[in-house]
Amino acid sequence: MNSVILQIAARYIKALLVLFAMIALLRGHNYPGGGFIGGLLAALSVIYYGFAFNVRQVREKLRVNPATYIAIGLFLVVLSFIPSILNQLELMQGVWLKVQIPVLGELKLGTPFLFDMGVFLTVVGVTFLFFFSLTKVE
Amino acid sequence: MQNILLIYFLLSLGIFVIPGKVFKYKAIVLALVQVGAFIYFASKIPIITDGETINSNLNWIPELGLNLSFILNGLSLAFALLITGIGALVFIYAHAYMKSYAYTDRFFFFLFLFSGAMLGLVLSENLIQLFIFWELTSFLSFLLITFFHEKEPARKAAFQSLFITGFGGLILLTGIILIGSVAQSYSLTEWILKADEIRSSAFYVPGLILILIGAFTKSAQFPFHFWLPGAMQAPTPVSSYLHSATMVKAGFFLLASLNPVLSGTIEWTYIIPLFGVITMLVGAYFAITQTDIKAILAYTTITALGILILLIGVDTKLSIKAAILFLFIHAFYKATLFMVAGLIDKKTGTRDLSKLGGLAHYMPITFIVALLALFSMAGLPPMLGFLGKELVYEAKVQSPGIASLILIFGVAANVLMIAVSLFFLKKVFLGKKNNYTKNPNEKGLFIVGPALLATLSLFFGLFPNILGNSIIEPAIQSIFLETYHVKLKLWHGFNKVFFLSLFTVTLGVLLFYLIDKYPKLLENWRKLNNKIFTIKLADAFSNGLDNFIEFSKRNTRVIQHGYHRYYLLTIIVVTALLLWFQVFVTRGWELPTKLSFNPFYISGLIGIIIVATIFSAINKSRIATIIAMGVAGYGISLIFLYYSAIDLAITQIIVETLTVVMFVIVLQKLPRFAKLSSKVTKIRDLAIALVFGSVMTILALKAVQVEFNHTISDFFVENSYLKAYGKNVVNVILVDFRALDTLGEITVLTIAALGVFVLLKKKKA
Repeated sequence: MNSVILQIAARYIKALLVLFAMIALLRGHNYPGGGFIGGLLAALSVIYYGFAFNVRQVREKLRVNPATYIAIGLFLVVLSFIPSILNQLELMQGVWLKVQIPVLGELKLGTPFLFDMGVFLTVVGVTFLFFFSLTKVE
Repeated sequence: MQNILLIYFLLSLGIFVIPGKVFKYKAIVLALVQVGAFIYFASKIPIITDGETINSNLNWIPELGLNLSFILNGLSLAFALLITGIGALVFIYAHAYMKSYAYTDRFFFFLFLFSGAMLGLVLSENLIQLFIFWELTSFLSFLLITFFHEKEPARKAAFQSLFITGFGGLILLTGIILIGSVAQSYSLTEWILKADEIRSSAFYVPGLILILIGAFTKSAQFPFHFWLPGAMQAPTPVSSYLHSATMVKAGFFLLASLNPVLSGTIEWTYIIPLFGVITMLVGAYFAITQTDIKAILAYTTITALGILILLIGVDTKLSIKAAILFLFIHAFYKATLFMVAGLIDKKTGTRDLSKLGGLAHYMPITFIVALLALFSMAGLPPMLGFLGKELVYEAKVQSPGIASLILIFGVAANVLMIAVSLFFLKKVFLGKKNNYTKNPNEKGLFIVGPALLATLSLFFGLFPNILGNSIIEPAIQSIFLETYHVKLKLWHGFNKVFFLSLFTVTLGVLLFYLIDKYPKLLENWRKLNNKIFTIKLADAFSNGLDNFIEFSKRNTRVIQHGYHRYYLLTIIVVTALLLWFQVFVTRGWELPTKLSFNPFYISGLIGIIIVATIFSAINKSRIATIIAMGVAGYGISLIFLYYSAIDLAITQIIVETLTVVMFVIVLQKLPRFAKLSSKVTKIRDLAIALVFGSVMTILALKAVQVEFNHTISDFFVENSYLKAYGKNVVNVILVDFRALDTLGEITVLTIAALGVFVLLKKKKA
């Protein structure tokens, strides 16, 4: 496909989608969103870009193998269980760290967020793998 | 004690990681570790002879009654000393033996791990734990037997031994569970305390039989004996270790340590000796007609195992004493002889009796070593074997019940053993020299192990009480559970047993003379054997296995036909029928009378979805179908949105979009649209769809009627912010409350993606 309109649009929409994906991931704990939705959005941005330009080029630009995303994602998920083990809580029980940041106020960092990031990356990797397999781009 | 095991398991891994080219003396280091372990166990002798035991306990899965618990009593000490002591010698021998082979890293890794597993087995106090080590030894011996995996016989033999011993292990597990259900525990100590209860329970006989099958498979008892001669395909150090101190002795160990729990019944004293006697005779009978020196030794091992099992079954004090002594005798001479056989094989390039001869000239030390070991095997004075044979005879003479029969067969087996020993000695070392391509010598570390063991056979024959008091006595005590003093003498005086011995030796020598003088005799004997025993158990077993695989293949071809549409059809039809059955039984078609269509725009939306779905099924353009399915999907997400399931709605919209995108990619690659289904198929599919769809509709409508239990959702809503600091309940459920489910889901996603990746992977030209 060589549509100039689509290509120019894709550039901006890609950035916007990635931004949305991040927002969805970050706000997921309190408002609609989360790792799954974020991951799908992020993957969609790349797929959209691939449609507008060339799937092969997109794959090359990505550098990282889709399977690597999955591996890192699953690793983060498992990593998020470790604090609960170290604190001798039930396995997978959330562990929270409260950090005081000047001006912004209190920030709560918890293992569920790490878990959600893992979900995010896994979903991205899985969708990529589907996409690149179907388009036969190694 | 468990630290010793830990060292074994960690070190074997460590030794595997270091490449053999960097460090050539792995086997020596491992031998030294074995020596260290031997010294450790030997240092416990004074404690054990005082009648104490050393216990250690680690919780593992206490809910299942599964703890890592170890016990060092007289019996396990005797075995531990054999395993580590002979293990050390085997490693020294293997260092010399394996030099010319590739993959020695792997070899030493397996062999050392095997030692560790065997040690774990004899030190286990928990029987489930014993089973785990038991299966580990089966598995590792499989790996060791198949070490020369480029040879087909080795692979075949390895499979056979794995199937038989592994399968036997599983049967053993069921036996352990049966008895364990009576004792309410898997601890050996508990079992011994509840021995009377176990013996009188209804589970005793089935449990005993299952455990016996386990022990018999491992200890190569008839009719499972045939895997053992096959196992000689392993490198000789392995054979030497398997036959003498480990593997095949595990079955004996199990029966000996369960003796206080299960013995003393008619079943025990009849079943076990019966199989022991048959095995003893089968082994001795076939030993004499073999031509391969390793095969001869393998069959004599079967005889020895038969004797051991028989003695444990006779179950008198004398017979147990004889059994434990014989365990040591056999370990000493069998390890020696296998190592000698390996040395001969290495230096002359053959193991065929007819091609050997006159080796005493080239290998004088080996000759003396073999002479001592063979004398011990034949039970001739002044070796330890003589002592053992006398004791075995005495035990048989005094055994209750079917003693006279056992005695006759025992004499017959011993006659054959004497003839085999002399024949082996004559054919290999004496007689005329053959032309050997290489000049046989005995350089290298080969002879260290056998020489030491042969010397021990002689030394303990002369001074039997050193062995008797320190090791055999506590071993017997841990079986009898009471103090028992062992006094061993080489010379018993002119009594019944002595004359029986004399009679045996005379017959044995006579038999040897006959087969040596008239070689035709043995040849005809072999021919006769081939005619009588047309069914070779080993071949029958592998044929049976092949047939079974063929049978499974045929079955699989029918059940797993590979047509995706028929798989789906099967699943849907079965599910629909089961659901309809349930609906029918519970009169589930009685639906609420009032169905509301409010608000009208949702009803309208549903109408659109229905129309889109029907359209997607009947139209002939693929693009139109995809768009119609998209309409249905977005429609559903609007419904989600209306009922304020916003996360679900967003996900649905994105997934729907992605699905359309993926479809578009695939679409280009599909062939032209064609009508392939006949009218009958279409009507069938429509009928199935209607049956399934209607039952799902009924279920959906019923679901509304069911009183919904709010406690769980209330809990989530209440605690979402308080405990998990999140205002979005859906997300909190996903990443915190039910994180395990999510983990499962993304794992499934991953597997699906990998499946797609593999299926669509470009084929390399």
